[in-house]
Amino acid sequence: MIPISHYLTLGAIIFIIGSIGVLTRKNAIIILMSIELMLNGVNITLVAFSYHLADLTGQIFAIFVVAVAAGEAAVGLAIIIALFRCRATVNVDEIQLLKW
Amino acid sequence: MHQIFFWGFALLAVFSALMVITRRNVVHSALFLISTFFWVAAIYILLEAELLAAIQILVYAGAIMVLIVFTILLIHVEETKIINPWQRQRPIAILLGVFLLGEIFLILSRALFPESIAGTALQQVAQEGNTEAVGKLLYTKYLFPFEVASILLLAAMIGAIVMAKREIEK
Amino acid sequence: MVDYVWLIPFFPAVGFVINGLLGRKYIKDRSHYPGVISVGLSLLVAILVFWEVAFGRGGGDVVLYQWIIGTGLEANVGFLIDPLSAVMIMVVCGVGFLIHVYSIGYMHGDGGYYRFFAYLNLFMFSMLILVLADNYLLMFVGWEGVGLCSYLLIGFWFQKKSAADAGKKAFVVNRIGDAGFLLGLFLIYSLFGTFNFIPVFENAHILTAATATIITLCLFVGAVGKSAQIPLYVWLPDAMEGPTPVSALIHAATMVTAGVYMVARSHVLYSLSPYSMAVVALVGAFTAIFSASIGLTQNDIKRVLAYSTVSQLGYMFLACGVGAFGAAIFHLMTHAFFKALLFLGSGSVIHALQGEQDMRKMGALKPHTPRTYWTFLIASLAIAGIPPFAGFFSKDEILWQAFSSPHGSLWLWLMGVAAAGMTAFYMFRLIFLTFHGSSRVEPEVAHHIHESPNNMTIPLIILAFLSVVGGWVGIPEALGGSNQIHHFLARVLEHGAHPDPPIHSTSLEFLLMLISILVAATGIFLAYHMYIRRPELPARLAGRFPGIYQALLNKYWVDELYQYFVVNPIKRGMRFLWDLDNYIVDGAVNGTGFITVLNSRLSGIFDLYTVDGAVNSMSTLFNNGARGFRRLHTGLVHNYALAMVFGIFIFVSLYLFFI
Repeated sequence: MIPISHYLTLGAIIFIIGSIGVLTRKNAIIILMSIELMLNGVNITLVAFSYHLADLTGQIFAIFVVAVAAGEAAVGLAIIIALFRCRATVNVDEIQLLKW
Repeated sequence: MHQIFFWGFALLAVFSALMVITRRNVVHSALFLISTFFWVAAIYILLEAELLAAIQILVYAGAIMVLIVFTILLIHVEETKIINPWQRQRPIAILLGVFLLGEIFLILSRALFPESIAGTALQQVAQEGNTEAVGKLLYTKYLFPFEVASILLLAAMIGAIVMAKREIEK
Repeated sequence: MVDYVWLIPFFPAVGFVINGLLGRKYIKDRSHYPGVISVGLSLLVAILVFWEVAFGRGGGDVVLYQWIIGTGLEANVGFLIDPLSAVMIMVVCGVGFLIHVYSIGYMHGDGGYYRFFAYLNLFMFSMLILVLADNYLLMFVGWEGVGLCSYLLIGFWFQKKSAADAGKKAFVVNRIGDAGFLLGLFLIYSLFGTFNFIPVFENAHILTAATATIITLCLFVGAVGKSAQIPLYVWLPDAMEGPTPVSALIHAATMVTAGVYMVARSHVLYSLSPYSMAVVALVGAFTAIFSASIGLTQNDIKRVLAYSTVSQLGYMFLACGVGAFGAAIFHLMTHAFFKALLFLGSGSVIHALQGEQDMRKMGALKPHTPRTYWTFLIASLAIAGIPPFAGFFSKDEILWQAFSSPHGSLWLWLMGVAAAGMTAFYMFRLIFLTFHGSSRVEPEVAHHIHESPNNMTIPLIILAFLSVVGGWVGIPEALGGSNQIHHFLARVLEHGAHPDPPIHSTSLEFLLMLISILVAATGIFLAYHMYIRRPELPARLAGRFPGIYQALLNKYWVDELYQYFVVNPIKRGMRFLWDLDNYIVDGAVNGTGFITVLNSRLSGIFDLYTVDGAVNSMSTLFNNGARGFRRLHTGLVHNYALAMVFGIFIFVSLYLFFI
């Protein structure tokens, strides 16, 4: 029997790896992939609790997370394509429009 | 038996995840991301969430990854040199991540979890199977969030089309 | 059962959607395909339905779906199929189809071709909803729909100011009537708790005579507006600004008869109130004679027909008012045939003369446009009431009922006969001025005169055929016929149709018939005498009786009276309110303003030196501080993300070490 803390630790590690990816990489596509990693880490936590508390709600939430992730990926990639079209780059360091 | 599988899957998942964020080549990153998704799906199966495992593979590894790979094909990119001193945040970021992880370990080590009731309960699941149980819950108790999620996906779809559409030249 | 009846209004609706959405860009000059085919399909279904009702005894209430479900208010979208609505859909679809075909030729090359057919189909849809509805609320939907289409089509050539104005006039005048109709609906609902015809009529006996009178008068106000009776008839002559097929379809054959249909449909309620019946009969009779007299002197070919329409509608209301609802519907049907034919014929004449509508500039067209001439002649004989054309039977039944029915009287009959004589006169005046005599056509137009193309003349011929035989379904017993339409409609209208009056003999009916034929013949003869034999006579008569002539020519100055007594007082009232506004309200406002200005000057001085000084020093402070903070604002997403994660780190630390 694997204790729940193992699963939670695994989720935390993947989440932190994802967030480090978001913070360090410059390619917008990789940032997007890192966000998917973070979402997966959260999902592992949700499903682990669902299993250990014998409550399906956790899995339902995980499904909603997947749905949101799909939407986020679609919109994010569309933004990246639009960005590439007008800036010819997807390097987030070269995009400083927030500073006006 | 469970132990071996868990440790194997977990280590592979963490390894693949590390590879995702360290590879220079975007395509390699994407491939490792797919493998991460597979190992996470395996973890779901250990947790008796078969439907979610299937969704993980179909939606993530199937749909989302195809989208990402297509985008990589469309967009030719390479990492560029650092041009702004503020961009040198990699050491800080890694340090911060490690600290945060340590704190989470600390929380987990202090936390008191309720006695696991896994396996004993979920009679319903045992009778009907995971998929049917989740489906019933989704279409009854969580019907409204479900509808909201579908609206969200519709909005995302329209937004993606509008943004990625090439402007008609005049 | 006739469950497929919903197809009848469905096809024109589809045609409207197709032409309305795709017409402008894609269909363009082929817009008549969806337009005409949809109405043709409706006609086929309407024939099937009619067959079921007439011979299969099918029919009944077909509920399509529940439209309004709620506390209290409930209404269905349902169609009531009975002889009355069956006759109406035959008239609407039949005449409508012919006019659609005619429009192909008449409107050809117009910039708004697709728009025209889209509107026409929308009109057909609304009109069919109106006549098929099984409750007052749905009927009101159709009622307003046809009003809208009427507005759109009168103002079809909206570039012309007169057309746009005429459309507005029709719309506004109809609103007055619709307000009355709506009040009637509210009363019905508050008394019966439902809009459906069947329960309302079954429970009609709960009404007292007073409430029945109020309801029926309210409904009649609506009918007066829609069917152009005194005093709300003024919009119909102006409506002739629209294209001629529109005048034929909407302002002669179908829409304007909606009021008659509605009164006939509500005959159960009307029968409860002798007072309302008298009002309906009087308004009808008076309108008939009044507008016929205006028609005597008009020079615009379409206006003559418009006044004639008003007059014939008066006949129908006269019939309703004396309790002869069947006769009213019979006349409605024959009138649809011959009046549509007259309008289409006049359209053909106008087409031949390139838009000329003034009869003083026509004449001697008979050799150039033979088909138009002969069909027009048939229609004129029909409207004048010459046997065996259709108009004779329907008009004569009305006159006979006006005389013999318990609600009728000698005076009503006399008014009807006088109007009939005038009708014969002005119709043949029109014919002689247009087709006979000497040509007064402008020379540059003269050598372009040509007969209209086949797709315009064939509908004329079919309508002419119907104008001849259309009356034969109602040959009275006195002439050895069986009056089939009367018995057919009696299945619905038996409640209101009065029992056969035994007091009057058949010979009396013969005598009255003979008198009306003689009067009509006199009218024709007078027209012949004045416009063919002695063409100088009309001018001399006009000179002899200038007062009467001017009154008729200027339509009794009714428009001017309305302008003077209704529009101007409203304008003057508005003017007064404006003055009130200008001097008193504005004065107060301006005075307040002046005081405020004075006050603010004083405060301004205070502001400038004391307050501004404080504010400026504050802003200098912020400006200098911000210069330092700006450095932090790098614009790099990474930095912001890092800050966020750092924030999470801080909060987790707080949780760990301090709580």
